[in-house]
Order: sequence, then C-alpha cells, then structure tokens
Amino acid sequence: MISVAWGHRLLLLLPFLLTAVLWGWTALDNRAAGVSRPPGFFARNGWPVGIYLLLAAGVWLVVLVALPQLSMIDMSFRHKLPINQIGGPRDTYTLENYRYFLFGSTTSTSSWNVVHLRAFAMTIISSLLITALNFIICYPIAYYLARIARGAQLRLLLVLLIAPFWVNDILRAFAFRIVFSEKGLINTALLGVGWIAQPIDFIGFNIALFAGLIYAYTLMMVFPLYNALDSVEAAQIEAARDLGAPWWHIHLFIVMPAAKAGIASGCTLVFMLATGALAAPLVLGGPSTLWFTPIVYDRFYQVFNWPQGAAYAFVLLAGCIALVITALRLLRLSLADIAR
Amino acid sequence: MKPAFIRVACAAYVLIFLVYLFLPLAVMTVSAFNTPAYPRALPFERFTLEWFMRLAQDDAMLYGFRNSLWIGMLVVLVAVPIGLAGAVVMQQVHPRLRSLYYVLTVAPILVPGVIIGISTVIFWREISIWAGTRNFYNGVLLTVLGQSSFISAYCMLLFTARLQRFDRALEDAAYDLGATHTQVFLQILLPYLRPAILSAAVLAFLSSFENYNTTTFAILSDQTLTTVLAGQVRQGTTPAVSALAVVIIAVTLLAMLSAELLRHRGLVWSMVRSRIGAVRSAARPAAGTIVGMQQANAVGLYGPRED
Amino acid sequence: MTAEVALEEVTVRFGQFTAVDNVSLRVAPGEFFSFLGPSGCGKTTLLRTISGFIDPSAGRLTIGGRDMRGIGPNRRPTALIFQSLALFPLMTVAENIAYGLRVRGCPKAERLRRAEELLQVVALADQGGKRIDQLSGGQKQRVAIARALAVEPEVLLLDEPLSALDLKLRQHMRNELRAIQRRVGITFIYITHDQGEALTMSDRIGVMRNGRLEQVGTGRELYDTPETAFVASFVGEVNMLTGIVQDAADGMARIETPRGIMLARNPKDLRAGASATLFVRPEALLPRSDHDDPAINRIAVHVIDLAYEGNQTHVMCATACGNRLLSLLGPRDPAAPIPGSAAWLDFAPQDAIVLPSAAA
Repeated sequence: MISVAWGHRLLLLLPFLLTAVLWGWTALDNRAAGVSRPPGFFARNGWPVGIYLLLAAGVWLVVLVALPQLSMIDMSFRHKLPINQIGGPRDTYTLENYRYFLFGSTTSTSSWNVVHLRAFAMTIISSLLITALNFIICYPIAYYLARIARGAQLRLLLVLLIAPFWVNDILRAFAFRIVFSEKGLINTALLGVGWIAQPIDFIGFNIALFAGLIYAYTLMMVFPLYNALDSVEAAQIEAARDLGAPWWHIHLFIVMPAAKAGIASGCTLVFMLATGALAAPLVLGGPSTLWFTPIVYDRFYQVFNWPQGAAYAFVLLAGCIALVITALRLLRLSLADIAR
Repeated sequence: MKPAFIRVACAAYVLIFLVYLFLPLAVMTVSAFNTPAYPRALPFERFTLEWFMRLAQDDAMLYGFRNSLWIGMLVVLVAVPIGLAGAVVMQQVHPRLRSLYYVLTVAPILVPGVIIGISTVIFWREISIWAGTRNFYNGVLLTVLGQSSFISAYCMLLFTARLQRFDRALEDAAYDLGATHTQVFLQILLPYLRPAILSAAVLAFLSSFENYNTTTFAILSDQTLTTVLAGQVRQGTTPAVSALAVVIIAVTLLAMLSAELLRHRGLVWSMVRSRIGAVRSAARPAAGTIVGMQQANAVGLYGPRED
Repeated sequence: MTAEVALEEVTVRFGQFTAVDNVSLRVAPGEFFSFLGPSGCGKTTLLRTISGFIDPSAGRLTIGGRDMRGIGPNRRPTALIFQSLALFPLMTVAENIAYGLRVRGCPKAERLRRAEELLQVVALADQGGKRIDQLSGGQKQRVAIARALAVEPEVLLLDEPLSALDLKLRQHMRNELRAIQRRVGITFIYITHDQGEALTMSDRIGVMRNGRLEQVGTGRELYDTPETAFVASFVGEVNMLTGIVQDAADGMARIETPRGIMLARNPKDLRAGASATLFVRPEALLPRSDHDDPAINRIAVHVIDLAYEGNQTHVMCATACGNRLLSLLGPRDPAAPIPGSAAWLDFAPQDAIVLPSAAA
C-alpha cells in the first residue's frame, strides 16, 4: 500500500507531468527535418504574453480544477483523523468510507446502508424523471420559438422566458414554497373552489420539490432545444408533411433525431443540475425528503467526517458521469457534440 | 404552412407556460406587500412596506450582501483574465489536443457546484496542513477560488465566441509593420475583445453574486447574501425575503431596460449567449433577417448557474 | 532607400508537400517584379517567406545583402500588403497609416503629420479622420499602401491586392500602383494570377507553376519567346497543336501534326522523334483563302463564330478533328470570314515555336 505521503506527491506531480508530456508530444509532432515548422508557442506569442497565457490557463486547469478534484478523490480513500495525526502512521489509504456508504459501517458488510443507498437511487431516478418531464414540458416551447414565432414576437418571448431567472434560485424555490404551502395559493384556491376538503401537503409529498426543480431548469432545457430545433431543415419537415405523416410522427421520427445533439445537451445539463441540487431540496423538501446532495452536505458540516463526505461526493460525481456517458453511448454521441 | 390547430395549440401552451413561469414570482411579489407574517398572496389583507423596512435593517443580510459584492469583484478580477487566456490558448492548441482541452475547460461547468465547493475546500485544507499555515483557510478566498473555476469557463466561452470572428490577418499585419508580440496583443487583440471583456465582467459578477451551491461549502464560517438567505428560508421566515426578491427583480429589470435603451444589445446578448456554458457557441452564423436568432443563441441574461 | 532581394535555392516544404521548389532569383533594387501563376503554384507561400512569416526549409534569402534567417517579419525591411488588406477596423484611416510609426515609439503629433503626408502620396488627402468601413474598395487599397509605405520599407510585397475589385477599378488601380512605385522608387514584389495585370505593371515577371519558377523575363520576352509549354499557354492567348518532331535544322523544326506538317522555330533544339507542341499566337494565325506559298503553314478549318470587340475581332474556328483554334484580326486586317464557312488559317514559321510537350 502506498503511503499517503507518496500518494500526495504523485497527486501534485500528475497534472504537471501530463502537461509536460502533452507539450513534448506536440513539439515533437512539429519537428520533422527539412520542413518548415509552424512557430512555437513562445515564438508565436512572445515571452510576456506567452508567460501570462501559460500561467493563467495553467493555474486555472491545474490549481483550480484538477488538483482539487484529485485531492477530493484522494481524501475519500483516507481515514478521518484529527489534524495532528495527519501525515502520521495512522494516515493510510482505506476503503472504509465507501464501505460506509454501501453497508452503513466501516467494518462489517453484513447489511446494506439502506437509507443512504435509497437516497442515492431516489435522487438519480428522480433526476431522470425530472429531466424527462422537463423535456416534455419544454419541447413545445422550444419548438414554438424555433419554428413558429418570428421577429418581434420571438424577441419578446425570449425576454419573457429569461425574466424569471433573474431572481436567485433560492428565492424562486421560496416562491414555490409560498405557492404550495398549506395556506398558499394553490391550497387556498382548491379549498375555495371546493375540490378538496383539507389542504394537501404538497411539500410532504415532494410534489413541491419536483415542481420546483422542473421549474428551475426550464431555461437550461429550452435553449439547447431551441438551438437544435432551429437547425433542423424546414425542407425535411415539409417533405414529411407532404407525404402525409401525422404531426406526432414527424416530431418523433424526423425532428427529434435531427436535434439529437441539442436534446442530449439540454438533458445532460438538467440531469447534472438536478442531481447536484442543494437549495431546492433544502427549501422545498419535507421532513422525509432525502435528496442525496444535502446528505453530502451533512457529512461535512453536521457529522464533520470529511473523508466520508469526499467519498459521498465522489460517488455522486461518478454516478452522474457514468450515467451521462452511458446515455451518450446509447445515442451514439460524443461529449464534444453536446458540449458545443 | 403548419396546420392552424397546431399553431393555436402551441400558442396556447406557450401562454399557459408563461403563466406558470411568472405565477410564483407574482405571488411572491404580492406577499412582499402583504401584512401577514407568513408570506402569502391570498387573502390580501393590507398593503404594507413593513417588510422592506425590516429588510433594510437586517444586519445579517447587509453583511452577507457586502461579502457577496466583495467576492463578486474579486471573481471578476480572477476569472476574466483566466477566461481570456483560456480562449487564446484554445485557438493555439494543437488540433489533436483541442477536444481534450475543450473537455477539461468545460468540465467545471458540468460538474455539480457542490463538488467544486467540496474539492476546493479539501484541497486548500490539505495545503494549509502541509504548509502549516491557516492563511489559506479563509472563506472569502476559498469562495473566490471555487467560483472562479467554473466562472472562468463561462468567460472563456464568451471570449472564444468573439475570437472566432477575429481576422488573424490583422495580427499578421501589425506584426509585419514592426509591432512586437506584446504590442500586437495589447493594441490589436485586446481592443477587439473589449466588448467581450465587458460582457465577461458582468457575467462573472452576476454569476458569482447569486451562486449558492459552491459558495455554501467554500465560505466556511463566513456568509454571503445567498447563504444568509438560505439560512433564513430554512428557518421559517418573514416576507422580508419576498421583499428582497422584489428589490432584485426591480434592479435587474432596470439594468436590462437601460442596457436595451443604450443600444448595448451586443453586450446583453453576448452575455446571454454563453450563459449556459455548454450550449452551442456563436460559431453558428447569424441567419440573415432573423437577427433575433443569433441573439437568441442564448440563455437568460441572468440565467444563474442553477445549483 | 531600397534594396535587392535575392533568393538562392529557396525551398519550402510542409510535411510531404513542397510548396516552393528550389527557387533562385534576384530582384533588382527599385524593380517592379511580379510572380505570375495559377492558384496553388506557391506564389503566396513565397511571398510570405520573403516577408518572414514562413521559414524556408532550405536555401537562403537575402535582402540588401543581409541574410534574413532568424529575422521575424517585424524586423525585416519589408512591408506586406495582404490580399484582404487587413486594415484595422477599430482605428481611423490616419491611425491605420500611423500604426507602424506608433509601434516604433514615434510621438503622436509627428506620426499623424507623416500619415497626412502619405495620404497625399496616395491621393487621399483629408480622409484621415474616416473609419475604415466608410471607404470604398479603391480607397481601402490606397490606405493599405500608405500604411505600408509609412514604415519606409526597402521592399514592398503585394499579395494579389486587386483581386477583389471590379474590372474598371482594377484597371485604374494598376496604373495607380505603377505610378506610386515610380514615385517612391522602392522594390515592389507583386503576386497575381492575372497575366494582364502582370504584363501591364511589371518590369519583369516570374512565371510559377507547382512551386517552380518556369521562366523569368520581361513581358515581351515571356510573350514572344516562352521557354516552356506552360508559359506559352499561360501568358496571353495561344493556339496549340501537338505532334512529333520530324527533323530539325538551323533553329527550325518540322513537326508532324494531325493537321499536317508544320514548320516553326525550334528554340529548345528538339530532335527528331521528340514529342512536342506547336504554339502560335492568334494575331499571327490569320485567315487567307488564296495563295500557296509553300513556306507558309496553313490549317484547314471551319469557322464557328465571331466576337467583335471594337478594335479587334476574335474568330473562333475548329479543325476537322475538333481542335479549337483562335484567330485575332485587327482593324487593319481583311474582313473576317462568315461563320459556317470553310477557311484556311495561315501562319509564318517565324511566328510559331515548338516546345517540349507540357508534363502532365
């Protein structure tokens, strides 16, 4: 087993090594004898600018992005120790945090950690559901924007769509709480009309949460969809209609496949955002709501078990990534396609 | 021509959708002026400005607000230059590495904000322990660092979009006329990017100001406006929160209006363009008459990082 | 101050592709030299090599006797006028022109004064305050030239600057450029694919093809005594007949073509049995329906169409085996035959040459 000290050294070196290797490889690629080479990085930018570029991009990717991630992954494999024991003999690599996530204890594997595992599964499934619902709700809007609305009407609609998102998402979640609360708008209206006898506990049943999450990510879904639908050739749709295809057929088999990348882009984004949601579950969640991300939060600031928190965070990240990559493979798309 | 019924159905749907979008906000706005201590819109009892006054006296919120401002400005100073460098490097990176580079730079946007917050805190805690100093263990510093990781990516996308339409021949011409590389960068490239720099700065500030997920981890024992807000909302609250929302809406409406009136449409829409980060960049050519389309290659002006 | 440009066996290779192949040339100081050739012949690459944006893979480049190896574009005594002109859109006309002086640390008042002087030279006085997008095509050209002249280069390099202009403007600008060059007296190196442009403006022309310099000479030399089949067909209009050389003597050769045996000049001293092409200019190939001087070559054709152009008439003909031939009648030549009729086209042996057939 590598000691943690060595693990750390490796960690620190890894990004630099990688960068050096990649740079060397590209330099070599350009170096064929008797051939005119494109100017090198510093030849092209000069030293002052070159150093600025390298430093800024380097610090960003290495210090702000890569190293923290690696560091988090590293911590997830370590014991929880008080500060004075870190670096000492008890600081070794271990799988105990992941064991805790799966089995509820760091040593035995007899029973499953039902609570957390269920929360994880529910979060993922709920996010998928939210993504799907979001897509269904937003598709007609995006379609309208892309193919029906024109000129001033289009611009007005865009502004109107964007407007609600000027408000902070916590405030928006709060607004939903007002609307869905026992004495809130919906209950008051339903009681007033006589459809129900007692106020419905929307919050307890997680309906408020779902509605809030779907609402929150509308924008993130509408715009990639809008972009994608915008680029579908009108000719294809016209041709299909000429041939007598019904409207639902046109959408399912002609428009959507053509807009595949945009749809995947929007859905990926919404899915990642939903699983990582923190504010909405905190504000709109009932007492029995178990969203995974607040559980992660608690590992840090309630239980103060950072390595465990890191492990949970990594599980969340890995789960999301795994799902997204699988979905992309199934749709035969690459990451670059949807991230464009 | 599309069958009429589809158009009508779609239009009706859009209308209902807009109502659904605005209803919660309308409710909240009304509740800000309503007397009951628990925020509600109906029944409307009496008009009052009490909650606005409470808001102005709320020390915690004011403190959080000041912190948010301060962090926002720092993030602008960090993220804009980094984003610029990232975009320039993107143009120069070896073609075979470009996809990898792109994925690396866009990754911070896709990764859940909580993870970014967590990883930032862990990393700098480790560094603190190793260096034996507590200097790095500062909520404001960590928040700035954590937020910058993905806000730089937003800025980078914005700059990339603008750079793609830059005529390289201008740099060559300046160089040929005797300029040094530094002069070319400062005198030719930066002036061209000035609108993008402005947009990026506004974008960075707004993104930082209303971020919650990353901030709540990175801020440690300190507070920003969003964390104060979250705390208050969880604990049960007064319509002072609604009042805050109304203030924010009013301010942003004003800002949007003045930006439109000042004909800074380019500013507004280029901010809008990269807001979502992972959305199609402005590589799409602007379609003739439908200028609005290009502008609408976009997401909200203030479209927050939704987590 | 101007300088000579000398290229010694300059080669530029990109990977497997050779863009410039062993070019050796000396451009005299103050000369207006053009590189002429079709797209892809390497002339742009060559220009960029001279200006310093590309390093040659082999060979030596000197300007004014100084070896330019390792010297970047910003330190060479050259100025390049780009095909797209590359005027700085965010600066005014005067600021554009003064840019070269600005980067050299020239104080503002001084450089704007100099800009105004140059505006006079290019006949754009008082336009200094305008923005670039307010200018017409021809005006932009002149600003580009003024901007380049501001840095007092020893050599001015021009990359097909007129290609984006319409015909009348192009012709006007040709004269302008020539006049400016004479006035300023520095070496101009100009690249173009338009042979009319090259012929009117240049002191000497270098014809390029596939990276190689096929021939260098004055316009007259290229036109009257082309050294390769490519040059003969590229510079000016020409009629071609392929065949095999029968015999050669005294600088003349007899070549057997599908249209009969022709006699022509043999500058390349081709031997019997060589595969060759016969070239004759349209103005030397004239329709005559009488006489039978055996020394005159003649071809039986069928007149297809006439193109009357005021000062000249093109007569388009075809032989029995489908060769297209072009005859050019000036105002003093006898009237053109009627389309549809048969005719004989005659040409003197002195007016035609045989050259080795162009490589594929």
